Amino acid sequence: MTLFPYLVAAWLFCIGLYGVVTSRNFIHLVMCLAVVQSSTYVLLLSIGYRTGGLPPVFAGVPVGAPAVDPVVQALMLTDVVVEATVVALLLSLAVQVHKGTGTLNPDHLRELKG
Amino acid sequence: MPLANAISAHFPALPLALPLGTAAILAALNKFMPRRLADALAILATLINFSIDVFLLHAVRSAPFVYWFGGWTPRSGVAIGICFVIDPISCALAMLVSVLVLAAFVFSLRYFDSVGTLFHVLMLGFLGAMSGFCFSGDLFNLFVFFELMSAAAFALCGYKNEEPTAQQGALNFAITNTIGAFLILCGIAMLYARTGALNMAQIGRALGQQSDALVITAFVFILVGFYIKAAIFPFHFWLADAHAVAPTPVCMLFSGVMVELGIYAVARIYWAVVAGPFAGHHSALMSLLLVVGTITSVLGAIMSFGQRHVKRMLAFSTISHTGLLLIGFALLDPQALAGVALYVAGHGLVKSSLFIGAGILLHRYGTVDELELRGRARRHRFAGFVFFIGAMGLAGVPPNLTFLGEHSISHAATLLHQDWIHVVFPFSGAVTSAAIFRVFGRVYLGLGSKAAITPGKHIPEDRETAGPHRNIPAVMIFPAFLLVIAALALTLTPQLQHAALTAARTMANTYAYQARVLDAKYIPNDAAPETNSPLRPTLISSVSAMTAGLFFAGWALSPAWPSRHRAIAPARACMRALHSLHSGHVGDYVAFLTFGAAAFGIILGLLIHRFGM
Repeated sequence: MTLFPYLVAAWLFCIGLYGVVTSRNFIHLVMCLAVVQSSTYVLLLSIGYRTGGLPPVFAGVPVGAPAVDPVVQALMLTDVVVEATVVALLLSLAVQVHKGTGTLNPDHLRELKG
Repeated sequence: MPLANAISAHFPALPLALPLGTAAILAALNKFMPRRLADALAILATLINFSIDVFLLHAVRSAPFVYWFGGWTPRSGVAIGICFVIDPISCALAMLVSVLVLAAFVFSLRYFDSVGTLFHVLMLGFLGAMSGFCFSGDLFNLFVFFELMSAAAFALCGYKNEEPTAQQGALNFAITNTIGAFLILCGIAMLYARTGALNMAQIGRALGQQSDALVITAFVFILVGFYIKAAIFPFHFWLADAHAVAPTPVCMLFSGVMVELGIYAVARIYWAVVAGPFAGHHSALMSLLLVVGTITSVLGAIMSFGQRHVKRMLAFSTISHTGLLLIGFALLDPQALAGVALYVAGHGLVKSSLFIGAGILLHRYGTVDELELRGRARRHRFAGFVFFIGAMGLAGVPPNLTFLGEHSISHAATLLHQDWIHVVFPFSGAVTSAAIFRVFGRVYLGLGSKAAITPGKHIPEDRETAGPHRNIPAVMIFPAFLLVIAALALTLTPQLQHAALTAARTMANTYAYQARVLDAKYIPNDAAPETNSPLRPTLISSVSAMTAGLFFAGWALSPAWPSRHRAIAPARACMRALHSLHSGHVGDYVAFLTFGAAAFGIILGLLIHRFGM
């Protein structure tokens, strides 16, 4: 097990956040959020990884054979489902913003200042 | 009766299952459901939910109860299944959730003229998620309920979806809170990597007293994630935007209880999971959180006074009061935790009745702009009373639950020699109540001038009801008064403080919690000491806060208010700088959030490793 996947997760988190901060388009911004989210996938999966581990399906495998951790995989799947909902909601809000104002650029929306 | 048996065996799952089930039925029958039937079903489900919470609170007043889904009880201290831990604090919080949802449903009976059944579906989903959040004993489930609650909240926030401001507020809210959820998930993943467990009690037991960089980092991730929801400085920016645009019944829930759930989650995780590892770093965490809480509280209070949009004013006032709640938690002491519990209840009841007051103004006059409304509501002073009593509640004047909360927290602060807390409470109370007194004076008494008093921006708001309304429906005022009366009646309940202290000591007893969940063993706390600390100091502080609030409000309404005077130019420049900080730009908010989170981790690390706190 190396440090590499954790560095990838950290990099994805930071680069995604950078995208969210500097984005000039709400659709792009939501995709950057999805990049931040994918860092959690990498983190969860690398926590459960065992070098030389088999898939966690134990039919026809000798007892005690090393396997990767199925719990984090389940967590990751739940995370995918939950975040798919949130991303869909965000995109629909972005569509509504565009309908109402004709722009997707957060820089042009300053109604809520102050 | 197999059905009756099934219900009684799975009774504790009902606060989650019942609202979600009703929501599913309403969603499926959306097309055929008349509005009134949907109202009736939703209110009925919420009422039943409330009764269940009351019953559970009664049942667990002596010992907490653990419910394992599917009967997957732990074997020799290893929890495979997931559980609800039902103790007095989580029950009381779930009760508060039900009460506020009920009030919001009753209020919205006449509020939205064009409300669809989907509003009820989202509200019930919100209720179910918040109830599950209160009871969850499993860290990952806490995250799932957090996300469910957030998704319902985002949709409710953008509910008036023809308005561009509504979408923008909802987007800011959704993006910042989703980043919070990712931080929480990363923290949970780190704790799982260390312990191989997701059950809070089991993680806590596996960690024991060992404290290292990984555990502290994981806790910081979780803490920052939940404090984004709790609107703690510098993660608070989304809150005012979301409250300014969300429909009034939704604001009641956001301010009344959703924000406070962020504080609750961190408190629960602290005592169930990381109290052991942090045992040696008490003072580091305490000093950092006390400072952050104070900044949040003072900033929220000042920003609140600087608003003319009443809902935005109330939103900043909520930020100020969550700052006070954070101070209460930061003392890391059961006595202060009891105070936090009382304060959450008192603030939730008062703040949601204030939002009802703002909603009534919007319903009747089509605006919540303080200056536009000047003197227009003179005939409705009865409704204005809500503002007056609400302002008293924010100042913490008895008889109000916030008074008891403030008293418990101040008492704990005295014992822990954190005497400067005694200044923060009256300051925030005075400034936030002054803002509300000012609204009361200007709108209901017609005092003051029409000239702009502050740089706060005028945000046009669409009315949420069609056509001019000459009268105020009783179903709108009724819940507001009921909430206020509930807050007053609870204060007068004998032994409430003692009950809160007992409940807080149960929650804060890490060892007993772990034994209860993992070994099904009940270790009773030794009886809570009788609290006979003198009420006098808190009484003086809160009454002087209210007096100062009245004085400030009167000053702001009088011609003597130096709005143009050269002498206060620096103050005005500061105000303008503060206002421009709240830019409404989501990129700025996320930048603040990122730097805030990094600063939080670095400062805590420095305090622990360099100064050995």
